[in-house]
Amino acid sequence: MDPARFTRIDETAWRIEPVAGMRVPAVIFADEDLIRAMDDKVYEQAANVAKLPGIVKGSYAMPDAHWGYGFPIGGVAAFDPDEGGVVSAGGVGFDISCGVRTMLTGLAASDIAPVQKALADQLYRDIPAGVGSEGALTLDAIEMDQMLSGGAAWAIERGYGEAADLARIEEGGSMAGARPDCVSDRAKHRQAREMGTLGSGNHYLEVQVVAEIFDVAAASAFGLALNDVLLTIHCGSRGLGHQIGSEFLKEMAVAATELGIDLPDRDLACAPLRSELGERYLGAMRAAINCALANREILGHIARQAVRRFFPQARLDLLFDVSHNTCKAETHIVDGSPRDLYVHRKGATRAFGPGHPSLPEPLCSVGQPVLIGGSMGTASYVLVGTAASEEKAFSSACHGAGRAMSRHAALKRWSGRKVIDDLAAQGILIRSPSNRGVAEEAPGAYKDVGAVVEAAEHAGLARRVVLVKPIICIKG
Amino acid sequence: MANLASVQSAELVRKAPVGGPGWEHFAHGADIGVRGYGPSLEEAFEQATLALAAAVTDVPVVPKIAVTVVCEAPDNELLLVEWLDAIIYEMAARRMLFGRFSVTIRGRRLYGTAWGESIQPRHAPACEPKAATLTELKVFRDSAGRWTAGCVVDV
Repeated sequence: MDPARFTRIDETAWRIEPVAGMRVPAVIFADEDLIRAMDDKVYEQAANVAKLPGIVKGSYAMPDAHWGYGFPIGGVAAFDPDEGGVVSAGGVGFDISCGVRTMLTGLAASDIAPVQKALADQLYRDIPAGVGSEGALTLDAIEMDQMLSGGAAWAIERGYGEAADLARIEEGGSMAGARPDCVSDRAKHRQAREMGTLGSGNHYLEVQVVAEIFDVAAASAFGLALNDVLLTIHCGSRGLGHQIGSEFLKEMAVAATELGIDLPDRDLACAPLRSELGERYLGAMRAAINCALANREILGHIARQAVRRFFPQARLDLLFDVSHNTCKAETHIVDGSPRDLYVHRKGATRAFGPGHPSLPEPLCSVGQPVLIGGSMGTASYVLVGTAASEEKAFSSACHGAGRAMSRHAALKRWSGRKVIDDLAAQGILIRSPSNRGVAEEAPGAYKDVGAVVEAAEHAGLARRVVLVKPIICIKG
Repeated sequence: MANLASVQSAELVRKAPVGGPGWEHFAHGADIGVRGYGPSLEEAFEQATLALAAAVTDVPVVPKIAVTVVCEAPDNELLLVEWLDAIIYEMAARRMLFGRFSVTIRGRRLYGTAWGESIQPRHAPACEPKAATLTELKVFRDSAGRWTAGCVVDV
């Protein structure tokens, strides 16, 4: 994008002044290089979001923003139900509550080295990954509804997880207000055999090593030290979330006219928060959040069992579990007063600062861990939420690197086999059912995640704590 | 009913011959656009679905099992999304891949058949379609009478 199209607020904040139907300004957080590299569609989509009814304060885009569906990926927007505010299925996305969970293994890189290959093979055998894979669990109708109401807490009750995990999952592991009765039979049927599956595309399980520490105090509070081994899972609500997203997107697109909503883009399909359709979507979406939380809990359990085959004493405590495709009811300070808002984060991570009441000790005194996924072979980051982020973008930060090139372009440039061999030469073991999938997800197809998190830190959205590098990656 | 002989995925080229049926992919950030062309609306829909199938695997899919679907929408564009979503649903729920499609449209209703087989390791699917989107959603007939149908698919 041409930086001249914006009012530059500071080094890392760029404002689109409210014109042509925009109710509030749009603000993109990025450095100048990221702005120049960003798709013009981000400008258009961030401006379109600013036109939706009931939007409060601004339409925001994170440093990793790219062209999405209605909302940009990396988009954040809050709506006030008392001012006709809306909920948008496109503003949450199809992979509802897609997110990242990181566990501390208590092991050091030197512990893994002798068993790295065997551990990679074990994880690949145990974690159902790729298109068409099935979980060990098949849910009947009653259990499906219990899972959709209970989330990670349901998984733990079933023996797939540890009770101590709940305090370190957003919403305490169980999203309130979920309504399984608002979830279609097709969505439930699509999910019946997908519990505890990783999925495909950019979803992964990684074994990682802490390679650099930026903030010693926060790292210590998070239990992170140099050369520590972490285990990170990136996936979401699987077929259930995809089905809910697509069904409500179409229903909202058709209903928008009847509801008197003038959509600048059909993909922005939405419904008033206080409408039958809006409430039904919120109930279904919250059920999908629980599905994602349960799914990551089960995957975490399978991963723990795999690691304990090699290291029976390994603790594998949960550092945190964050989602980056959600709409959540939150209280935020706007112009000095608290307001109850519905915050959409599409490809953006909640990033509560120190003192937030939802955080358990010792996290509360330092802030929420913000988990930023890289891509195979590139670094990931753990950030921490800051007090300033509340004022900047409703306590939100980036979620990953974002793609730099299309799947087709990646496929033309790289062969999956060569990517796997090259990464193996760097000490990174990839296991995947699809060489083509690996080529499409090649590390070079993604932007520099380092530049993204640096911009997020400079903008005051979150602060870098540690950088981690992968040594094993299970790709769907 | 469209000519099924024209829609064998293994035989297709990405760019359509002038006036004839064909399909292509187009780039969209992290995802992929699918677009079909044809002398009729039905054939354009079939071709767009072949583009969807080819986004998942380029290994030939054997047409062992036929699955029929019926869907309905208030306009042609939303009908394309409904149809692609129906195929994505059948792929996920049945753990199948499809390589051949037939579409008949009567008014606002679509009657479709997809032929395929259970997913095998040899297919090595590259990605999992989550849903068809309304982004770049276009269904139209050009001045020469040729139909185009396409949208971005979230993968």
